[in-house]
Amino acid sequence: MSKIQPVVAARNIVKELGQGAAMVRALKGVSIEINPGELTLLMGPSGSGKTTLLSILGCILAPTSGEVSIAGETTEGLDPEGLADIRRRHIGFVFQSYNLFPTLTALENVRLALDVRGVKYSETIVRAETALREVGLGHKLRSYPSRMSGGEQQRVAVARALASTPSIILADEPTAALDSENGHAVMALLADIAKAESRAVLAVTHDPRTHAFADRILKIEDGQIISDERPADSSDNVMRYDLNKRRKLNA
Amino acid sequence: MILTLAIRNLFHDRIRLAVTLVGILFAIVLVAVQLGLYVGASRMIVSMIEKANGELWITSYAAKSFEDSGFLEGHERYAALSTPGVAKVVPLIASFSKWNKPQGGSQLSVIVGTDVEDGGLAPWNIVAGDVEALKLPNAVALDQTYLDFYGIKGLGEIGEVENQRVRVTAMTHGIRSFTTIPYIFTTLNRARRLFGLSSEAATFFLVQLEKGANRDAVQKELQRRLPDVEVLTKAELKSRSIDQWLFGTGAGASLIGGALLGILVGTVIVAQTLYSSTKDHLNEFATLRALGSSSSYIHKVILAQAGLSAVLGYALGMTISMIIIFFSLNSALPIIMTPALAFWLFVLTAGMCSISAVAAIMKVTKIDPAMVFSR
Repeated sequence: MSKIQPVVAARNIVKELGQGAAMVRALKGVSIEINPGELTLLMGPSGSGKTTLLSILGCILAPTSGEVSIAGETTEGLDPEGLADIRRRHIGFVFQSYNLFPTLTALENVRLALDVRGVKYSETIVRAETALREVGLGHKLRSYPSRMSGGEQQRVAVARALASTPSIILADEPTAALDSENGHAVMALLADIAKAESRAVLAVTHDPRTHAFADRILKIEDGQIISDERPADSSDNVMRYDLNKRRKLNA
Repeated sequence: MILTLAIRNLFHDRIRLAVTLVGILFAIVLVAVQLGLYVGASRMIVSMIEKANGELWITSYAAKSFEDSGFLEGHERYAALSTPGVAKVVPLIASFSKWNKPQGGSQLSVIVGTDVEDGGLAPWNIVAGDVEALKLPNAVALDQTYLDFYGIKGLGEIGEVENQRVRVTAMTHGIRSFTTIPYIFTTLNRARRLFGLSSEAATFFLVQLEKGANRDAVQKELQRRLPDVEVLTKAELKSRSIDQWLFGTGAGASLIGGALLGILVGTVIVAQTLYSSTKDHLNEFATLRALGSSSSYIHKVILAQAGLSAVLGYALGMTISMIIIFFSLNSALPIIMTPALAFWLFVLTAGMCSISAVAAIMKVTKIDPAMVFSR
C-alpha cells in the first residue's frame, strides 16, 4: 500500500519576529505534515505561534529557516509574487472575521476569488453559485454581507475557499465570532469538505467545541508542537452531525 | 470583477466620490477654459493670415506679427514676380492707425488695405453692405463687435482715420482682434493714401506659387534675391504673430500657467481622495492578496477606480465647460473647444487620474497579507 502524500509538509520551521533585543522566536523548529481527507485542528493558547504557523503554511509569511512544500512544490526562495501564485493555485482561506467585501454580494464575493485565479467570467458564476448552494446559501446569492448573519457570512467565506478547489483550506479561528449553532454548522461544513473532496483542512482554533469534528488535533505551545493526536471516534461524530446539520441548513 | 469592485469601492462612499469628482471637474473646467482661451486667442491672432491667399509672405526685416510690420518700398514685388515658381504677388497693407470717433476721442485700430479682386485677402462674414461698397469714395468696412469702440451705430456713419474722413460702407461679424484693437478694411490705394505711402508700397507681398512649384526652394531663392527683407511661410508668420501677442505680452504664459494650476490642483485632490479610499479598503486589498491575487490585479482595481473617476469627472467637467464656452461665443475673446482639444483634455484627465493613483498603488504595494489574521 502506497503512503499518502501530504498536501503540506513543513520541516524545522523557525520564525523570528522583530529585531535586536525585541526579537521573538515565534516558532522553534516545527515539523508537520497535513494529509488530504482530514480535518486537522491546530490548538494552543494565545501567543503559542499557531497563527504564525498558519501564515507560513499558507505562504503568507516566509519562515526564517526551514522548508515548506505545498502540493509537492517547495516555497523556498520564492518572492511575494511566487508565494501568491502558490496561494492562488493550492490554498483556500477562511478567516476569523470572514473578510468578505462589504460592497459585493455573496455571489460576487465568491466570484472575486475565482476571478483572481483567472477563471473565465461565465465559469465564475456557475462555480460560485454551486459553492454557495453547497454551503446552504443558495437563497442568499444576491445578499450583501451586512444583510447576513455571522454564520452565513462565514459560510460565504467557506464557499469562497471551496469554489477555487484548493488542495488545502486553512481556517483561522473559523468559529471564534460565531454562536454555538453557527460554529457547529461551519465546523461540520469544513469536516464535510475535507471528507467529501479529499482535500486537507487545517483549522486554527482554541474552541473546544470543535474537537468533535477533528480527524487530528495538533497542539502547539511556546512555538513547538507538543502533541499530535487522532480522536478515535471523530469520523462517526462528524458524519452524524453532518447529515443532521445539512438537512437543517438546506431547509 | 475588477471593474465591479472598482465601481463598488468608488460609489461606496458617496461624499468622497463627490469630492473626487469636484476636484476633477474643477481641473477640467479650468484647463478647458484656459486652453480654450489659448486656442481662441491663437485663432484670432492668425485669422487674417489664415484667410489670406499667400503661401509665402514677403515682409520687412524682423516683422513681429501681422499687425506689427514695417512698410516695403514695392520693388520686392517685381523681384518676386521674376523668380521661378512664382505665379502671382499680391500687395497687402496692415498697420496701426488712429480712428477718431465722431463724438470726440480716438481709438487705436489696424488698417487692412486690400484689393479684393487681387485674390489676396478680402473681408469675410459681411453682414451689412458688401465688398463692392469698399470701392466707394472713402469707404471702410468695420466689424459690428466694435461699434462702441468706434463710437458709431452702423452703416453710413462717418469717422476719421489718420485725420482723414472715411465712411462705413460695409459691416462684418466676428472678425475680432486678440489685442482688442479692431481691424478696419479698406482698399489698397486708400490705405496707401491714409498712410502717405507711394503707389507701390505695401506691408506684405503675398506670394502665390505656380502649380507644382517647390515652396521651400522658392522661399530660398526669394530670400537670396531679397536679402534686406524676410520671406516667411504662412506657418512662420502665424508662429511669429502668436509669439508676439501670446508670449511677448505674457498672456499666453498666464493662460498656460492657469491650465497647469488646474492640472496640479486636480491631481492633488484626486490623489488625496484615491489614497484615502485605498487606505479605507486596505483590509480588502490584503484579503485579495491573501487569496492569491497578484500585485498587478490590485493595481488594476485602483487604476480602474482612477479611470472611472476620470470618465465621470471628464463628462461633468466638459458639460460645464461647454456651457461656459457657449456663453463666451459672442464675447470679445471667445473660448474655443475643438475635437482635438476635447480629446487631449480626456487624455490629460486620464493621465492626471493615473498619476493620482501612484500614491495609492505604492501604499498597496507595501501591503502585508498577514494583516488579514490580525483583524
